[in-house]
Amino acid sequence: MLLADDTSPVFSWNPVADFQDMWSYAYMVNAFRAGLIVAVVCAVVGWFMVLRRQAFAGHSLSVAAFPGASLAVLVGFSTTLGYFGFCIAAALVIAALRREGQEGGAEESAATGTVQAFALACGYLFISLYKGLLEGPTALLFGDFLGITTGQVEILAVVGAAVLAVLAVIGRPLLFASLDPQVAAGRGVPVRLLGTVFLVLLAAATAEASQITGTLLVFALLVIPPATAQQLTARPGPSLLLSALLGLGACWAGLIAAYYQPYPLGFFVTGFAFAGLVLAHLFRYLRDSLERRRMPLTLTGGAA
Amino acid sequence: MISILGQDFFRNALLAGTFIALACGLVGYFLVLRAQVFTGDALSHVAFTGAMAALAGGYDLRLGLFAATIGVGLLIGGLGRRGRPDDVVIGGVFAWILGLGAFFLTIYTTSRSAAQGGAGTSVLFGSIFGLHGNQTTVAVLIAGAISLLVLVIARPLLFATLDEAVAAARGVPVRVLGFGFLVLVGATAGEATQAVGSLLLLGLLAAPAGAAVRLTDRPFRGLALSAGLAVLEMWGGLLLSAAAPKLPPSFAIMATASAVYAATFLVRRRRPVPAGPEPAAA
Repeated sequence: MLLADDTSPVFSWNPVADFQDMWSYAYMVNAFRAGLIVAVVCAVVGWFMVLRRQAFAGHSLSVAAFPGASLAVLVGFSTTLGYFGFCIAAALVIAALRREGQEGGAEESAATGTVQAFALACGYLFISLYKGLLEGPTALLFGDFLGITTGQVEILAVVGAAVLAVLAVIGRPLLFASLDPQVAAGRGVPVRLLGTVFLVLLAAATAEASQITGTLLVFALLVIPPATAQQLTARPGPSLLLSALLGLGACWAGLIAAYYQPYPLGFFVTGFAFAGLVLAHLFRYLRDSLERRRMPLTLTGGAA
Repeated sequence: MISILGQDFFRNALLAGTFIALACGLVGYFLVLRAQVFTGDALSHVAFTGAMAALAGGYDLRLGLFAATIGVGLLIGGLGRRGRPDDVVIGGVFAWILGLGAFFLTIYTTSRSAAQGGAGTSVLFGSIFGLHGNQTTVAVLIAGAISLLVLVIARPLLFATLDEAVAAARGVPVRVLGFGFLVLVGATAGEATQAVGSLLLLGLLAAPAGAAVRLTDRPFRGLALSAGLAVLEMWGGLLLSAAAPKLPPSFAIMATASAVYAATFLVRRRRPVPAGPEPAAA
């Protein structure tokens, strides 16, 4: 853990030297690589999640990573296996419940909420059965990027590439199904199947990211960069690209900050990402009010 | 097991737990009906940050809990509830707030001795067996007050929830009620965090209410059912963890609640209400 060790490096205001210094640690190199993969995959998958208004499902999936990891620790498996197994299982459960609860949003959200709380409770049980750790739960919940190995980065890269490839294949029909499910279904797009596949992709992305930012903060990488991007532009292509860039920026800036300061990485990543969101809202507000000032000659019927 | 049941800490837990579950069941039912479960989720994470901020600043943990949850409850109400679009804003805000919680946790754990290291975990996952007599009294009073307030506004709130436009036309102060309700949710989140922890709180809000919604269509019966189920699940969980000391109480409560909710899927498979004329009132 990064708990205020006095040996924190000092920022020297010489970017080149600082960078070489940082790059000389294998764990920092690995953290940057992992951050690149995770931020881009999360931003792209999260873009569809925000579009589909599935933030709550996304948050519940990200939470399922915690019991997975803690069970893996308890039993002695690799945590990567636990992350992926539990996230994908939870995605299938939520997808199945979704079909049951078609009658209304109320039941669906109650079901998702119960799955989420139960998953967390299981994680807590596994952690408390596994004695002999002090910072165990907080590392799993809030992330610990120091221990990323080259092998893990390779797994992240393979899974990330697979997720992006599947998303590229289903991207067009998924976009259609997200924007207008009824018309899409009428045109013969398998809306329900696409929804399930998308939840599984979301699960894979959260399982990836959980290993870096911890279970509780994955959600920030999933929701904030896409929300920011969608504030700034409505066109899908640029918006997706912007989302990926924003996610990457927040992740790398967070890593650099966490390298110099003894506070958790997740705090910096969420902080930077949220600052971007606030700026985007501010920008949009200013732009809108400028436009409104330019408009008044057109009289009524204008800006609705 | 008998020896555990007779002990002070267990009686405290039972007493506080009963009232907390009652409040959660009542508030949760409206939360589910109003499709605001995600708001409850957000508030439960805010509870963690509030508690950690108070601890890091050297204040009483409960001060932070209530100040943060009620404050954010008001904020969410003020951002304007236009239904779904707010999900993303809520999600963005609470993701950041949780990051802030991690920050306060680090400040707190580094500024205190190692013995305090468990504070974060106990806020996250609750410590109902750790309540003292004094804390129990406060918990009972607050949870009782919340339950009473919910019952007082239950009628107009139901009206406003089920048909907002008509309620507004009939002179029900829909907006004020919405605000008041969010404050109550905030207070409940702050209160229940001490029992089941900020992470598991959502289960106590969503599971009994979700089960009640599945079992009955009639609002007041549903409200009573939700509260009753919550209390029973709390008792069941406490007894379960008394019988099997290896199970943490929060897990036992959550497992009972999830099992009851899952059972409602077996008990009765309700067909969607037909779109045609209302069936005769049963």
